[in-house]
Amino acid sequence: MRRARLLFEGAARSALVTSEDDVYLEDGGRLPVESCTWLPPATGVLYAVGLNYAEHANELTFQPPQEPLVFVKAPGALAGHRARCLRPDGVKLMHFEGELAVVIGRHARRVPRAEALDYVAGYTICNDYAVRDYLENYYRPNLRVKSRDGLTPIGPWIVPVAELGDGAGLGLKTLVNGRECQSGNTRDMIFSVPHLIEYLSGILTLAPGDMIATGTPAGFVDVQPGDEVVVEIERIGSLASTIVGERDYYRVAEHGS
Amino acid sequence: MLGTVYGVALNYRGRLAELKAVFSQPPHGAPPRTPVLFIKTPNTIIGPDAPVLIPDGVATVQPGPALGVVIGRNAHRLTLADAPGAIAGYAVVNEVSVDEISYFRPPIASKCRDNTCAIGSPTVRDALRDPHALGIRLYINGALRQIGSTADLVYSIPELLVFMSGFMTLRPGDLLITGTPPGRVSVGAGDSLRVEIDGLGSLENVVATESSVARREASS
Repeated sequence: MRRARLLFEGAARSALVTSEDDVYLEDGGRLPVESCTWLPPATGVLYAVGLNYAEHANELTFQPPQEPLVFVKAPGALAGHRARCLRPDGVKLMHFEGELAVVIGRHARRVPRAEALDYVAGYTICNDYAVRDYLENYYRPNLRVKSRDGLTPIGPWIVPVAELGDGAGLGLKTLVNGRECQSGNTRDMIFSVPHLIEYLSGILTLAPGDMIATGTPAGFVDVQPGDEVVVEIERIGSLASTIVGERDYYRVAEHGS
Repeated sequence: MLGTVYGVALNYRGRLAELKAVFSQPPHGAPPRTPVLFIKTPNTIIGPDAPVLIPDGVATVQPGPALGVVIGRNAHRLTLADAPGAIAGYAVVNEVSVDEISYFRPPIASKCRDNTCAIGSPTVRDALRDPHALGIRLYINGALRQIGSTADLVYSIPELLVFMSGFMTLRPGDLLITGTPPGRVSVGAGDSLRVEIDGLGSLENVVATESSVARREASS
């Protein structure tokens, strides 16, 4: 069963999902999806992996890393399915990064990769947008690039690990206004999901609800206000977001809520 | 309730000056143009008197005596004039790190270790007349080993809050660690750490190995 979180009548609800339009509370009551806001499907820390596909690393003129490059997202950076994502006015390059994300199910410390899947609850989709104008060579990618309010949509739901195993071999596509701009397969990750769990849990304790966005394949384009961006991962679903400029973003932020 | 804990590296003038030659070389190429922020994940946070854990396989760690700033309200796109009004109070912090080899990549292995970031009880904002004129002292086993003053911050507290809130909303209970003075020292298991900040009191923690604490928890 797919699990999601939605905001309905001012409260976050855990929900079971059979399709994007068929969403149920745990007591069986049906949620009116059109009156809900999709939330990130888990509430822990989001760890994100950079440069985890060789072709994408080449595209950014980097050598593939010798160990995983991991950074941490601020909680406010996360948004749900169908989020409105701000492109700051006047920047030159903001791009999407379609990614498979792993959701942790149990506390994990020093877990060998052979046992890593025992600690996974399931998988979801992440779009780890970046505003490249703000990149600096200190703790790169720095927070101003990667921890911007609401600029990391994740969801819509979690597909259980039992359905997807180690998450390898899934086709991933990103479409902008319906046009395919990125295409890859999770089998091409440099560091697999079990390897990433071994690496991170070797440093720190992963907690239930923590998430790991596993990096993006090759292909990125600038996104502009008005663009509809959809990341599709085979056997998981589609994660949509819309780019807005400052005027529209702040008009809703200040008067809408 | 404690929200998200943020830190800023290289925020004391002396430390930045020490590294000037390194930062003119690749992969940096130039000194930082903006505050060098990082995030302390929840697994790192401990309270006063709890042991700071030194991870198994790591020989020594470095205490990070620092002034913490507690946010009091939702803060987005602050100006220098209204930044002080977003502050609820201050706390003594000891942000203990595994020695950093490089500032190029995000400091997960250095700064996201379990039970390494001690945060004292906050004091209300008005308890401090001037947060930019406070002596900070680190004592190890009772001996004074590191000393600094918040007068030497590269970015003042309002400047940090303006920068951060320009792209991320700060929430009530969020805490910003404003940096550690130059002259970091290494400590090992068994050492007792005390951080003192003028007007805020002190924060004491002992250093213990991760496995010794895990054993104690398992047998209790």
